[in-house]
Amino acid sequence: MAKTHVTSTVNGEAVEFLCEPGDTLLDVLRNDLQLTGTKEGCGSGDCGACSVMLNDRLVCACLVLGVEAEGAKIGTIEGIGSNDRLHVLQEKFLEHAALQCGICTPGLIVAAKALLDENPNPTEEETRYWLAGNLCRCTGYDKIIRAVMDAAETMRESA
Amino acid sequence: MSEARDFKYIGQRTIRPDGADKVTGRANYAADFALPGMIWGKILRSPHAHAKVLSIDTSKAEAYPGVFAVATHADFPGGEGGSIEAGESAVNLKDLSRNILADDKVLYAGHAVAAVAAVSERVAEEALELIEVSYEVLPHVMEIEDAMQADAPVLHEDMFTKGLDEEPDKPSNVATRTELKMGDVEAGFAEADVIVEREFKVSRAHQGYIEPHACTVRYDEDGQSLIWCSTQGHFDVRALNSQLLGIELSRLKVIPAEIGGGFGGKTTVYLEPIALILSRKSGKPVKMVMDRDEVFMATGPTSAANLKAKVGAKKDGTITAMQGWMAYDAGAFAGSPMMPGVMTMFTPYDCPNVLVEGYDVVLNRSKTAAYRAPGAPQSEFAAEMVVNEVAEKLGMDPIDLRLQNAAKEGTQTIYGPKLKRVGLVECLEAAKNSPHYQSALAEGQGRGIAAGFWFNIGGSSSVTVNMHSDGTGSIIEGSPDIGGSRASMQMMVAEVLGIPLDRLKPIVADTDTLPYNGTTGGSRTTFATGMAVIEAAEKVVEQVKARAAALWNVTAEQVEYADGVVRNLAGEESISLAEVCKSAAQTGGEISGSANINARGAGPSFAVHLCDVEVDQETGKVDVTRYTAIQDAGKAIHPGYVEGQYQGGAVQGIGWALNEEYVYNDKGQVDNAGFLDYRVPLASDLPMIDTIVVEVPNAFHPYGVRGVGESGIIPPLGAVGWAVGNAIDRKVEELPCSPPRVLSMIQSG
Repeated sequence: MAKTHVTSTVNGEAVEFLCEPGDTLLDVLRNDLQLTGTKEGCGSGDCGACSVMLNDRLVCACLVLGVEAEGAKIGTIEGIGSNDRLHVLQEKFLEHAALQCGICTPGLIVAAKALLDENPNPTEEETRYWLAGNLCRCTGYDKIIRAVMDAAETMRESA
Repeated sequence: MSEARDFKYIGQRTIRPDGADKVTGRANYAADFALPGMIWGKILRSPHAHAKVLSIDTSKAEAYPGVFAVATHADFPGGEGGSIEAGESAVNLKDLSRNILADDKVLYAGHAVAAVAAVSERVAEEALELIEVSYEVLPHVMEIEDAMQADAPVLHEDMFTKGLDEEPDKPSNVATRTELKMGDVEAGFAEADVIVEREFKVSRAHQGYIEPHACTVRYDEDGQSLIWCSTQGHFDVRALNSQLLGIELSRLKVIPAEIGGGFGGKTTVYLEPIALILSRKSGKPVKMVMDRDEVFMATGPTSAANLKAKVGAKKDGTITAMQGWMAYDAGAFAGSPMMPGVMTMFTPYDCPNVLVEGYDVVLNRSKTAAYRAPGAPQSEFAAEMVVNEVAEKLGMDPIDLRLQNAAKEGTQTIYGPKLKRVGLVECLEAAKNSPHYQSALAEGQGRGIAAGFWFNIGGSSSVTVNMHSDGTGSIIEGSPDIGGSRASMQMMVAEVLGIPLDRLKPIVADTDTLPYNGTTGGSRTTFATGMAVIEAAEKVVEQVKARAAALWNVTAEQVEYADGVVRNLAGEESISLAEVCKSAAQTGGEISGSANINARGAGPSFAVHLCDVEVDQETGKVDVTRYTAIQDAGKAIHPGYVEGQYQGGAVQGIGWALNEEYVYNDKGQVDNAGFLDYRVPLASDLPMIDTIVVEVPNAFHPYGVRGVGESGIIPPLGAVGWAVGNAIDRKVEELPCSPPRVLSMIQSG
């Protein structure tokens, strides 16, 4: 099957890859670009483990085709935080013990950052509904919600 | 061990040592691993719930471009028999091999029949369609009560019920009947003023880990094998693959990847033996990752159960007799957790007259696997619902009734030993005094309470603490870390050595590096592996003291070790741990401590949960409005991760009680094999889960630890079930309380 040449930007860097028509953006990120921080939990858009930003919109990478990334700007967990410093959300997840196995954590942090970019002062209910697309089976969500709201407060104070 | 002991690190909310890797996406889970030249394996699964496999023709698939190997059951070397201990129970190897790849029969829809390894997942999937399987479809049996009938379709012609008074002469779907009793229930019920008896049903529920099963393996021409996989117990993965494929243990190296949730479901093997066969046949490394629907169709879940519970009590609240009956769905092969269901059912109560009977039943559903406190949530649900009804009939507060009859130190259990010091009374008192229990319910709300008991286990843990020349150290352990246990190991070793946490790095090592370690299950890791790391660290301290004593020409008794420094009690000198490590090679060799233990004295962890709900009268939808989980940790090493276990267990239990169930169509196929339709709780479904950490120390652990991982999933079934009934003025007898079921109860008048 002929592969398509795709050019896009991932975490601010220009990338090129070849993909088959059926390859998802998730396949491309994980298998071709070796960005395995984005996880696959279901492949059907139900668990949110593969949450990424596509042109500043929160999407499930398993529901986007690789070829759709042509000319697009993609953001993944690997682009959050810097070399010498974790992002406030990442720090708060650790402080609050908001992860156990950690498989859902990259998707949750990408989704939570999208929430705070749009709404710096979410209520608990807004936070819970925004993150309703990200399944966590370990924590019961309590500490995740607290971590996100605490991060929001810290970010507001330092803004 | 002293309750008043001052700890420096234990009890702190430290940052977990593997944390940065996990919040940045750097942590490597099983599906994140790749080897050069790797190919991909996929599995062909049966569409039929019960059929004879007449033939499998793989020739077209083998000839398909890009295909390197095809595997069927015939590729097992055969002769596998007997059983070995793995995970938390004995594993029947013949059944295991026939579950991994069906032999002469498929026993459930989704049962693996053949596998293909090809250049890509897509090519492997295309080749699967070329495999021709000839089936003779047989009648299937899906429900426990139907499978137990004498005229039911029989799954295994060689299965004769064990545990009957008379040797059966006909095969049956009942694998085992068991009975435990003490005292005289007839006499006990005769003494009772109030007797409540009810029948219950609980659906099967999947562990629902977000990470599907995955492995990458390499079978080398010299017979050496490598498995990189997601598992709760890599030593047991080695043992099972060794037995199934006839590979010596030393030639099979299993590297545990970070594990994306297990909850008991990753204590067995599904993919690894198939991948090894495909790698052996193709000469290439093979990667296999399950799709989510395969996870639901062919792994886990835990058993559905049919149950009866009968409890009698006097007017003053004394429980005089407790009787239970249960039949658990094992899936296609024998081995449901019926036995622990029988053992735990009434253990929260100090009652002299108890009789419990259990049946392990096979039917045409996927083989069940361990799930958090396996077997206990179902049976204790039935018990707790009936105890609540007894309290209601007596006009007693349900916590007071439990306090009056609570199991405590010295209580005789139905399964043999008397309980040691346990914390049920303390949990009940904490529940009673909690802001939650003291609060009033709003109009239309309901409240439920339930208790839960789980044994916890100890077992084999083998560890080494290696000290480096700058005074830092590595903690080499063999317990896969699912919920933050590396943090607790780091804290316990830091406590013994008296050095900062960041000088100690915990590592979960592969099967070549350490002697056998039991699986991470049974809430054992912080207890048993914790005991091992404490002992290993104490050996480091002894060596450090001996080196310093030799330096000063005094005896080891004349030196004292505290906070990373050795002091000469006979003189003025002191030397730091780092200095001793720096010169270790010159004073007798490098410093390390190992401990290979079989931990005894696991402490049961009792839990008590409170739940408030609101029910939408028009749709039957239930909202949990307030929830409190109270549980005895013995000693909480890292309170944040202890609370996390309580909250996570509670929410899995809430999901099981409210929404999670398997839906089968008339062909016996799973109709809801995905997260959209098998609906686990979402963030938007839940309130905060309040926790109360009770600490009644376990005398067998140096710091008082009890395991905390499992008990928390037990009480939600009863607490939610009772709360729903309380809100709609009905008696819940079936879980989950999904909207259609609740609506029909409301409408039943």
